[in-house]
Order: sequence, then structure tokens, then C-alpha cells
Amino acid sequence: MLFRSQQKAVAEAMAANLSMAAVEGRSPWADARERFLRNKAAVVSLILLSLVVLACVFGPMLLPHSYEDTDWDAMAMAPTWYNLHLFGTDDLGRDLLVRTLIGGRISLMVGLMATIASVTIGIVWGATAGFLGGKVDTVMMRIVDMMYAVPYLLIAILMVTLLGREFYLVVLTITVFSWMDMARVVRGQTLSVKSKEFVEAARAIGVSTGSIIFRHVVPNLLGIVVIYTTVTVPGVILTESVLSFLGLGVQEPMTSWGVLIEDGTGVMETTPWMLLFPAAMLSLTLYCANYIGDGMRDALDPKDR
Amino acid sequence: MSLLQVNNLGVQFQTPDGLVSAVNGVSFELQAGQTLGIVGESGSGKSQSVLAMMGLLAKNGKATGEALYNGQNLLTMSPKQLNGIRGDRVSMIFQDPMTSLNPYLTVERQMTEVLELHKGMTRREAKKRAISLLEAVRIPEAARRVDMYPHEFSGGMRQRVMIAMALLCEPEILIADEPTTALDVTVQAQILSLLKDLQRDFGTAIVMITHDLGVVAGLCEKVMVMYGGRVMEYGSANDIFYQPSHPYTIGLLGALPRLDHDGSELVSIPGNPPNMANMPKGCPFSERCTHVSELCIGTLPPLAASAANPAVLRACHKAPQELKPSVEVVAHV
Amino acid sequence: MSDKKLILSVRDVKVHFKVKGGNDWPWTPKKTLKAVDGVSFDLYEGETLGVVGESGCGKSTLARSILNLIPATAGEIVWMGRDLRQGSEKEWLAVRRDIQMIFQDPLASLNPRMTIAQIIGEPLRVHRPELSSDEVMKRVRAMMVKVGLREQMINRYPHEFSGGQCQRIGIARALILEPKLIICDEPVSALDVSIQAQIINLLKELQREMGLALIFIAHDLAVVKHISDRILVMYLGREMELAEKHALYDLPSHPYTRALLSAIPIPDPKLERSKQIQILQGDLPSPINPPSGCVFRTRCPLAEAQCAGERPALRRLSADTQSSCLLA
Repeated sequence: MLFRSQQKAVAEAMAANLSMAAVEGRSPWADARERFLRNKAAVVSLILLSLVVLACVFGPMLLPHSYEDTDWDAMAMAPTWYNLHLFGTDDLGRDLLVRTLIGGRISLMVGLMATIASVTIGIVWGATAGFLGGKVDTVMMRIVDMMYAVPYLLIAILMVTLLGREFYLVVLTITVFSWMDMARVVRGQTLSVKSKEFVEAARAIGVSTGSIIFRHVVPNLLGIVVIYTTVTVPGVILTESVLSFLGLGVQEPMTSWGVLIEDGTGVMETTPWMLLFPAAMLSLTLYCANYIGDGMRDALDPKDR
Repeated sequence: MSLLQVNNLGVQFQTPDGLVSAVNGVSFELQAGQTLGIVGESGSGKSQSVLAMMGLLAKNGKATGEALYNGQNLLTMSPKQLNGIRGDRVSMIFQDPMTSLNPYLTVERQMTEVLELHKGMTRREAKKRAISLLEAVRIPEAARRVDMYPHEFSGGMRQRVMIAMALLCEPEILIADEPTTALDVTVQAQILSLLKDLQRDFGTAIVMITHDLGVVAGLCEKVMVMYGGRVMEYGSANDIFYQPSHPYTIGLLGALPRLDHDGSELVSIPGNPPNMANMPKGCPFSERCTHVSELCIGTLPPLAASAANPAVLRACHKAPQELKPSVEVVAHV
Repeated sequence: MSDKKLILSVRDVKVHFKVKGGNDWPWTPKKTLKAVDGVSFDLYEGETLGVVGESGCGKSTLARSILNLIPATAGEIVWMGRDLRQGSEKEWLAVRRDIQMIFQDPLASLNPRMTIAQIIGEPLRVHRPELSSDEVMKRVRAMMVKVGLREQMINRYPHEFSGGQCQRIGIARALILEPKLIICDEPVSALDVSIQAQIINLLKELQREMGLALIFIAHDLAVVKHISDRILVMYLGREMELAEKHALYDLPSHPYTRALLSAIPIPDPKLERSKQIQILQGDLPSPINPPSGCVFRTRCPLAEAQCAGERPALRRLSADTQSSCLLA
């Protein structure tokens, strides 16, 4: 009976082979992309965020003002077409639109760099702990626990006051306190992938440990890494804003969203646009990043499959 | 009037890929004290049918048709009315006991709670009854163990605790969804013999959902065979096992390795299980059936009394005698 | 059977784990869990040995110790005359060409991020790096046809297949190196009945064609009966009985085998209702603290005082049957 069905399958396969080539498989990534594109909120967010990024990168080049020059004709002016001060000017007569975009550059740069740095540390730390297991794992994860217990703002204030308000120091400060989540998640995922049957199957075949890590374990960690990265970005941008708001961010005349918001809060009653525009840009970015993160999670979450 | 009468039950799920029908046109009757076996493979809709009756479908699921318990339709009942029946007159046991036992409460608290709620007993009376039921399901040292937490019991014991809980209010119907699938055979034998004894002592009607034809053979008077969300064949255990008249039932029986006789080759059913999101237009089994014809592919066969034996309902375009050759093969495998 | 060539000989293999209780202090001495405790058997060319037992009896651990996936703590594993436990990592690698494994969960044993071609071809890449990628593809395609998969599926991913098809992929992966022995760890227990029969038939067919030896692990005695020549019954890490198929089913010598056999439901209402089921009392003892003497004695209906004494070894009762029951 089986023999017959097998022969039938063979015949079918041969016949089909003449007429058509191998069917392309749909990789899990392709499936995830499709699911992501079905999520309207995520797609809209992705478009909006791209626009924000493009504006921050190219906007200042196209606008006639510089972020540090005073327009003596327009001090603390409300949004106006005059001299193209679309977001108005601050009390020193600097164009707010350009300052917001420049501030965006800094905020996004800090967000991007701190995320890359903390994700890298988190993956290496978590994967090492997960692979090696045993005592190494225990010690490494206890260090993570200790990091969580450190009063983070206090240390951040200390670092910045001792070492100065430099761009890279802000990135460093944020990184030091944001890699632990990723480390924990990656460790958990490594442990679970390591115990999957396909890893055992690879060992049974005789695949070397290195190949097992790079061909079997790492590709199965990427989903969760992507999800967590998209969740980390807004958190890091927010942290930068908090640091700047507390006066620990980049130095004047350079600016960032957090610095602008801090300046704006002081003069909220007289020149509200100085608070509103940077705050709106920051909120928009955070919302978009969070929605994209949600979309990524839905798209890549293996429970769905 | 029968205890439970199900008419044209259907279950649909709203999924990202559109509406999926998990169950279609399921009808059966259950008399007091009777045992019905619902047999089918994964995706046959056997579990979803009873979950629908108990109002336990997932959020995106919707039940149609009617399920009359003593004349009242369970499907249109308010949650409050349903709660009055569920756990009291009709109770359910599952494959994994831990899904219905609360790990943070002692067995005693979980059992007495039900009795206080449904029967208005005092805690002391309830505990006495709980202990006597644990003894009935043959848990040794029941008086001591009643104060333990679920994780302190072994797998087989946990399943017995579940059965004791299900029987607390002396229900008229016990629905068992694959209650022994996760257990070892020797433990399964313990649980099955326990169910038989309890049925004899309490007169409970049982609906047994399983993929194991052996379990059905030992326990059930009536058998319903499901495939792809539809009933393929429905009749007494003797009719279904000794004179199967649907190609799927015949195939299933032939595919089973047997202890009771020697066979060199199993008669396998070719092909793969159906995809619920993309069911064939005609008979759900048509893609894998060896007797398939044009009619089977295009038109859904209705569930009707068999010409050969009116006590059996079958959904097949072919007459039973047309399937005869295979029946004989099965008979002396 | 004696004219056949002996390929694998397992002698008194033990796999012990050190375990720590959840509430223990770090300095509390660890306990020993005896997952496999002294198992011996021989396997001949082209033969199928069924290994049965309930969960926790050590049958899967035994299988993994043969492949060194879980190293044995004591005993000998002699493959083609060489004791593998004395061998180097390199020797194990060579042996892995000849011994392959099929797993219980068909989907979980395939890497979700690899295509079917990559999965089935992986053993060739490891053991035959000299083959060109065209040659690898050619062999993969041939093997797919052999196990009843359509060749066009070659670039697909595991999640696009049903359970039965995934198990065929697992079988293709195990067969592509043309091994001499395949260890099947519950290969059909996750499958539906109709698919289960397809896979069993396929395995038997391939075995005939390629002269494979199989170690077939299962908890379902009916399935094991169907595919095996000889059967090893395990309980709590020890051997209870090792017998030719017919001897085991017709005249089981060990009370545990009898209990196991009687517990299996027969899909025949009259037989099933009239048969006498021998129900085992109590629960499985802990493998951390197994009973003295015969491990089955705490649940054995025939147990006598002498069963608690010395630990019984397998002894030959007849040409076909070896049993560890003192009273048999």
C-alpha cells in the first residue's frame, strides 16, 4: 500500500519535474515581513519615523538658518512665515525648526549608538552565559542582577559631573545601564534553543560546536533580538531626554530634544511653542518606535506559528 | 427525552486568514448513563465540539446550532445560567490536569469551594465529601493527601484528583477530553477501569473524546467518528468496530498496529491531514479516500442512515457493499 | 539470528546524573539519579530491537548514551569491535556516520530557519566535505524521492509541512549517509494514527532495502510489536526482559511485561471488555532512591521476601527469552 503511494509520489514528482522547477520556499523571515506589512499602525509608524529621520538628517541643510545664529529681527517669535521661522524662534532669536531638527539628530544618534552598543553587549553577555551554563552562567547573571540594583540616575549624574558633558559620555552612560534586559532575554532564548531537538539532532549528526552555534542557534536568536532592539530604541531616546532635562546632556549651543524641552518648560507661559514643538517631535518618534516594536513582536513571535 | 441532544452544531473561528470552520453539522444524542466516544485525529474538531457546548471556545470562536441539555439550549444560555450547569450537572476533565487545577490552592480548598458554591454545604461537610470522593477514585491516604497542593501528586494521581473534582456534584454528564493521552499505559489502565467503576456506581453519562480506538472499544456504547470537522460515521461500538461502513473508519482500523493479531503490513491511509483553512468542497476525506469519485469531490455527502444497517449513520456517497473488498481485508489482517 | 554479524554490543551501561534538590544548600551533597543502571544487549546487522517502557524508565537516555549525546558513566559500548567509551572524539565522529537518529517531535527536530535541502544535506556537508554542492543536491533529491517527498519541496521550510512530512524529512536526513544503524526515539508517538502507519511502513520498507539495523524506542507495545524482531523491556533504568518478539507477546516471562501487555487497549470491543487487566498498584518509585533488589518488587503482584535481597540480573530462560525475574 505504502509502496504504491510511494511509487505514485515518485511518478508525480518526476512528471512535475519535467514541467516545473522547485517551488521557492517561504522563509520564516518572509512570513514575518508579510505579517508586519499587514499591521497598519506599524506600517504608518514606519513611514512617519522615516520622515522624521529624513527631516532631521537633511532638513537643516535645506533651511536658511543655522542652529546657533541669532535672527535679530525675530526674538522669541511665535511660528510665522516671516523669515521662514515655521516653528518660531527662541528667546535668543534662534530658529526653533532648525534647532529641533538638529536636536533630533543628536537624540536619534544617541538612541542609535547606545542601542547598538547595549544590544551588542547584551547579546555577547547573554549568549555566552546561556551557552556555557553552569557556574559561568550563575556568575554572569548575578552581575546583571547587581547592575539592576545600582541607582542609575545617581551614577549617571556622578559620571557626567566627573567626566564632563560630552556626546560620547552620554552614550556611554546610557549603554552601561541598558544592556541588561537584552542580556537576560538572549540568555533565556539561548537556553531554550540549546535544548531544542534540532540542536540535539545536529549533535547526533556530528556537526561541530562552532557550526551548531552559528548555523543552528544564532539564526534562531535573531527574531527575539530584533524585537528587543526595536523596543530598546525608544527607551534609550527617552533616557537621553531625561538626562538632558536634568541638565546632564550635551552642551550649549549644541542641543537635543531633551535640552529643548527643558528650555521650553521654563518659558512655557510666555512662549509655549518652545516646549510644544520639540515635545511633539519626541512623542511622535517614541510612539512610532513603540508601534514598530509591537508590529515586530507580532510578526516575529514564534508562538503565532 | 434524551439527556443531551445536539443538533447541527457548528463552530467557526475568526482568523487573520478569514473565517475557518472547525466543526460542521454535528448531531448526536446522549441518554442518561450512556457512554459516547468521539474519535478523530488532530484537527478533526472533536474537542472543539464539546468546548462549544460548554461555552469554553476561544474568544475568536463562535458556535451555531443547538445543544439541548434537558431541553435547555446551552449555546444561547446566559453565562450565569451556564455556570449553574457547568461543574454541577455537566463537568469536564482535560488531557492536562494542571490546566484545571489551581497550583496555588490545596486540593481540599479547590474541592470544597465547588461544593460550597453549588451545593451550599459548610466547609466541614464539604471536606468530608471531598475525602470520600478521593477515596472513591482510589487515592491512598485521602484524608492526609487532601491538604496537599496539586504539584505534590504524580501525573496519574492528578488525573484522579481531576476526576474526583468533576464528580463532586454527582453530574449527569462527564465530558472527558483525551483524559489518558498524556499518561503511561499502565496508568491509563488504572484511570479507565476507574471511570468504568464510577459510571456503574454513579450512573453518570460519559462523553469520551480520544484518538485511541482501543480506549473507545473498552468503554463506549456509541461511537462517533469525526474527520475534518464533520461526522463520518456514527453507530454502536459493535457496528463501528466489526462492520465499519465508511472508508475513513475502515482506514483508521486498518492503520492501527494490533496486539491481538499478527500483520506484516499496516494498511496506511495515504496523504496528509486536511488543512482547516482550505477544506475540499465535497467530502472532507475525498483527498485521501481510495474509493473517491467525481461526486465525492464536488458534493458533500449528507449524514444519513446506512442502507445496510439503519442504526448506523454514515456520510458517504458510496454504498456500504461497494466498499466491501477493503472491509474484508481489514477483517482478516 | 546467530549467523548475522554482531554490530553493536552494549555491556552493563550506566548513566547516572548528579542532581540537586531545589531547596538544598549549595554545600548539601548531590544525589545520584540512576537514569540507566546497568543495561546490556547485543544488536545484529539488519535487525530491529524494540525498547519499551514507560516514561522515566531510561529508554531515551540509553539511546542517547549510544551516540554519546549523553555520556555513559560506566560500562562498554562496543561498535564493530571497538569500545567507543575508550575512543577519542574523532572516533565518535566516524561512528556517527554509521549511527543516525530519528527524533520524537518531527517539527522540533528540524531547524526552522533552514530549508529542506540544507537540513537533509547537512550530514553530507559534515562527513563528506569533498562532495560538490551539485552532488549534494543530487543526493538530497534522490533521498527525498525515496522517503516519499516531492522534489519540488526542496527549497521549502519545515513549518510549511505537516507532522508526517516533517518526520519523512527527519528520516531522509538520517539515511543520507547510508548508515548501518538508526536509533528511532519514539518516531511515531507524536503522529496521528493514519500518518503513524505511513511512517512505520516507510521505515520497514527502507530497512529491507538498505539492510539497516534499527533500535526502535516506544512506549506503545503494539507499535513495537509491529516493527521489531526482539524486544527489550525496561523499568526504572533496568532491564526486565529481553526476548524474541513472539516469545515476549505469547509467553511474557516477567510480571511487569505481563502488566504492560494487559494494559494496552485493544480496538475490539468484545476482546477489550472481556480481557483481564492486571492493574499495577501505586506509583513509579523515584530513580534517585530505587527499591533494593528487584526495582519492580514494590508494585509486583508476585513479590516475595527474596525479591528485596540481591539485585537480579538478566538470565536466560530459553533460547528466545531472557528475564530478570527471580520467580520466572
